[in-house]
Amino acid sequence: MHPPASAHRPFAARSLDWLRENLFSTPANALITLLTLALLLWAGSSFVSWAVLHAVWGRADVATCNALFGQGACWAVIADKWRHMLFGIYPQGEQWRSALAVVIFCAIIVLSAMRAFWHVWRLLALWLSGSLLCAWLLAGGFALTPVPTALWGGLPITLMLAVFGTLFAFPLGILLALGRRSALPIVRAASIVYIELVRGVPLITVLFMASIMFALFLPEGVSFDKLLRAQVAIVLFNAAYIAEIVRAGLQALPRGQYEAADALGLGYWQTQLLVILPQALKITIPAQVNSFIDNFKDTSLVIIVSIFDFLYAVRQAVISDLDWRHYFVEGYLFAMAVYWLFCYAMSHYSQWLEKHLSRDHRL
Amino acid sequence: MDPTAAHVIPPNAEEIIRIEGLNKWFGDFQVLRNISLSVRRGERIVICGPSGSGKSTLIRCLNRLETHQSGTVIVDGIKLNDSLKNIEAIRNDIGMVFQHFNLFPHLTVLENCTLAPIWVRKQPRATAEATAMKFLERVRITDQAHKYPGQLSGGQQQRVAIARALCMAPRIMLFDEPTSALDPEMVKEVLETMVSLARDGMTMLCVTHEMGFARAVADRVIFMDEGEIVEQAPPEIFFSQARSERTRQFLDQILDH
Repeated sequence: MHPPASAHRPFAARSLDWLRENLFSTPANALITLLTLALLLWAGSSFVSWAVLHAVWGRADVATCNALFGQGACWAVIADKWRHMLFGIYPQGEQWRSALAVVIFCAIIVLSAMRAFWHVWRLLALWLSGSLLCAWLLAGGFALTPVPTALWGGLPITLMLAVFGTLFAFPLGILLALGRRSALPIVRAASIVYIELVRGVPLITVLFMASIMFALFLPEGVSFDKLLRAQVAIVLFNAAYIAEIVRAGLQALPRGQYEAADALGLGYWQTQLLVILPQALKITIPAQVNSFIDNFKDTSLVIIVSIFDFLYAVRQAVISDLDWRHYFVEGYLFAMAVYWLFCYAMSHYSQWLEKHLSRDHRL
Repeated sequence: MDPTAAHVIPPNAEEIIRIEGLNKWFGDFQVLRNISLSVRRGERIVICGPSGSGKSTLIRCLNRLETHQSGTVIVDGIKLNDSLKNIEAIRNDIGMVFQHFNLFPHLTVLENCTLAPIWVRKQPRATAEATAMKFLERVRITDQAHKYPGQLSGGQQQRVAIARALCMAPRIMLFDEPTSALDPEMVKEVLETMVSLARDGMTMLCVTHEMGFARAVADRVIFMDEGEIVEQAPPEIFFSQARSERTRQFLDQILDH
């Protein structure tokens, strides 16, 4: 086979060919191309001019921003309010604790993403010690000023709800997926009812249930922390979605895998844990990450039950200040950038994970 | 293959499998009709027949990959019924090799072989690995022990599958069309492994159309059609003096080319 002749031509000539073929093939196409290009240029240049060229950077007072209002972005609002945005109404003097908790929490996540930590005991030790440390930093006690959960807010809340909301939902989701395929009619029926019921309602409903209705069923005087209730609600909600993703993975495996395990005399749990799940979960990595990114962003709904997550903290930091309240667009763009950073990192990690695992088990 | 190889089973060898009046339906379709079969320890049986004749289903009923609706199956004195304990005991006695190998793709060749000994037989890892290496050597795969199944050829994968089954020290081996998914040039290496196993006195039930293999090692060849055992005889009689017309037609078709 010879490479196509075009491969020998210079890059510029080939690019021109490509343009002619794809963007300027007919007069109408050429017109659409030019119009789109003009629109993109116009929108792009206005944004750059607003967000970069005419923007107020670094610390500045409101008057400087007001003078440029409408022409340039006021990033000074972030410089002025970032602590409030990241940590919400957590007591000002103690916000270093929130910050440290976020750093530790991210460190746990990054460490457990690394191969060296992929051992049951190492992961367990890492997560137990890390989570306890974060809990102590946030809640206080033992030499730190106690801070009630009602005052927690911002990024720590968002991270905690999202990560624990998936971590604890995962085993539950796997059990539900296995239950749905179980040969035992009662287990199967219970799993189906749970999954379909939970998937059939919006997260907001579940949060409302956990926050308001749940208390009605408890005897008087007994109450659970509101944040904990929301966390449990999120876990239960995510489990139903994870269950369906896992089920798809289980169904993708050929029957022969079950038969080989049966013929070797492996029991049900041995078959699932040693043969089926390692393969099924690998297949579902892209879907799992997709669902985790969803969960991460969905945590912003907890504001409906008065838990102050990151997005709300950002909004509140700007809106509640009479001087700065006009600059919420900058605030939201900041929130967008933070969310994007986390989601982009996750998506990249999942791609690495897929490649890494498929190198191991070349099918 | 050496046709003169001795495969002598003492006439008083004990019965290891007994099937009586076995019936099985898939929905309305009756796939096994009143099958009765007795297998003595050390016997090597080849089962052939057109596709859909129920030959695979028959051997899959022996280790409960399929459940039968009526009739008796007794393996090594244990009656196969709904009792999980009996099923477990019988599966411990029987090794199986599948048409599509069914190796576990996420485990290395060695891990494939040690998984069941470690988790089912509760052997220490070192013992299980030593046994596995012994059988991998026997099927001539030792240098691939740390590769994943996907990196091996079909013939190599099937030999690993045989080693994996042998690691559980089964008394009976079932082969469900072990060579029909293989490229022609790989059939020989798998058959050679099976022949050597047969020479060692393993009780074997092989569903296969490899009639050369049947001639070389089988004590009995069984022809099945439409869920029934139509004919069974030692190979020298089966191939030359089949009584039933259906058997002769079938043999004509597969020996033709």
